[in-house]
Amino acid sequence: MAAMTLTEKILARASGRDLVNPNDNVWVNVDVLMTHDVCGPGTIGVFKKHFGQDAKVWDREKVVVIPDHYIFTHDAMANRNVEVLRTFAAEQKLPYHYDVGTDRYKGVCHIALPEEGHTRPGEVLLGTDSHTCTAGAFGEFATGIGNTDAGFVMGTGKLWLKVPPTMRFVFHGNLPPYLMAKDLILAVIGEIGVDGATYRAMEFDGDGIYALNIEERMTMCNMAIEAGAKNGCIAPDQVTLDYVDARAKKTGNKPYSVLKSDAGASFIYEKVFDVTKMEPVIAKPHSPDNKANVSEVKGTKLDRAYIGSCTGGKMTDFRAAAGIMRGKAVKIDTFVVPATTEVAQGLKTEKIGNQTLEEIFISAGAKMGEASCAACLGGPSDTFGRLNTPISCISTTNRNFPGRMGHKEAQVYLASPLTVAASALSGVITDPREVMA
Amino acid sequence: MQTTITGKVFVLGDNVDTDQIIPAQYLTYNPSIPAEYKMFGKYALTSVPPSQMGLPKGHVPFHTDDEFVSPYKIVIAGKNFGCGSSREHAPIALAAAGIQAVVAEFYARIFYRNSINGGYLVPLESKKRLVDEICTGDEVSIDLVAKVLKNTTTGDQWELQDLGDVAPIIEAGGIFEYAKKVGMLKV
Repeated sequence: MAAMTLTEKILARASGRDLVNPNDNVWVNVDVLMTHDVCGPGTIGVFKKHFGQDAKVWDREKVVVIPDHYIFTHDAMANRNVEVLRTFAAEQKLPYHYDVGTDRYKGVCHIALPEEGHTRPGEVLLGTDSHTCTAGAFGEFATGIGNTDAGFVMGTGKLWLKVPPTMRFVFHGNLPPYLMAKDLILAVIGEIGVDGATYRAMEFDGDGIYALNIEERMTMCNMAIEAGAKNGCIAPDQVTLDYVDARAKKTGNKPYSVLKSDAGASFIYEKVFDVTKMEPVIAKPHSPDNKANVSEVKGTKLDRAYIGSCTGGKMTDFRAAAGIMRGKAVKIDTFVVPATTEVAQGLKTEKIGNQTLEEIFISAGAKMGEASCAACLGGPSDTFGRLNTPISCISTTNRNFPGRMGHKEAQVYLASPLTVAASALSGVITDPREVMA
Repeated sequence: MQTTITGKVFVLGDNVDTDQIIPAQYLTYNPSIPAEYKMFGKYALTSVPPSQMGLPKGHVPFHTDDEFVSPYKIVIAGKNFGCGSSREHAPIALAAAGIQAVVAEFYARIFYRNSINGGYLVPLESKKRLVDEICTGDEVSIDLVAKVLKNTTTGDQWELQDLGDVAPIIEAGGIFEYAKKVGMLKV
């Protein structure tokens, strides 16, 4: 048998083949389809148009509905869309609908999926959101699709996919305390560009990656799309399996397949990084590949700081930010948005010293938002933290194309939670090493 | 499948992402509802920085007489067109505004898939970068069989890449029609 990469092995399994090669077009069986309030209504429209008003989804155990984008808004259309999901989930009797206004509400889909036991090694996860690739951190194939593809999957459980060639990024060394996964992935994107992985898979490997916790691995895979990749992935280890197994009972302890790239598998590109030699990295406006070391742009004046989103709103992110902000006060408007309700709860219970993380943020003068995507992608004008004027903002989010966080002339800098927290305290771009000494 | 596409071109630059094509605040419209579908045409390209709107000069309005439909039929762009989010609202917005084809150097893959599988517009790749060769407002004619784009304003012509594996899906009109044709879907 010819050697295959992790991505090729998953797609071979999902298409019932012994072997696939890059650029093969295959019909795959989908294990989980996820949709949310922005693309769900359109997906449901496509599904009903083609399969009929009374059609049933192919497998209601495999359709996950997570409203998360435009939640805490007075926008009537946005609220209508949440209602469309509600009606559909009820008529289809979907068991995994995490509805707004109920105890089941979660928040950002990419973090809610693993928390609720929907991410398993070896599976194919498709979602109507480009950051669906986050779940590659669990050793599965996960990618974003549009409404038409999702409507097709909803009715058939299948989709055609082109097998991508794999690029491998190997990280060696122990991560210094002033660096986070966000620095590593921004360095990668800066190296290859926002189109550097177009039509390709990005696999992350090396002792530097396996030293990261699962949330940090999610941050790596989350931003594969910012280099244009089809998916990002990390082969599972015991850290992965421990996380998955702890959550699996929520979805009935489904079996899964632990796969990894074969020795001798063919990679179209390989790059090795020594993390001990890296510096904190920032992406300047208006592109995730507009890379600089933080030390090169330190002192740049800022109007706002934002800590949140699927890539920067997890416990690891807040733990890092709180460590810097503890006992200090912010100099600029600082918005803190937990990705999910589970993270929000964690902020109320986890402590550094005698203060909870939430108390640390509030006493530093930050504004706390409710779990959701919030201002990461702008949204309706009353969205918490949205840039409604052309100000400059340093953010833990994942994308800074023009207009992404609201105003099309706003300047958005992407950086790690450590760098964002350090900058919030000074009001200018600040290297976290200056405040961690 | 139509074999020729003709009309005025609107020229954009590199890395035109989905937030520029259709800003996130308009994603609350549901494209499956006809009255809301046309709103995507109204707001298409509204977050492109003004200096990049209609190259080479820039500052060219995409809409003129009709607030929903643009007089332009073809978009010419550079690298990585449609990068960013998976929102299918992006090709929908261009199609709703009357765009029938985009000719770029290459595409971000989700935009490319969505354009083809939804049957909204034909995403073509040029062999050569055309952003610096064609001006907004020029009349062009695309021959999909000969794979040639001819600028009827200047007489210049350029070769286009073969559509390859996706040609049968474009020909069928989208993924549903294609799946029915190959017997994979029986509805």
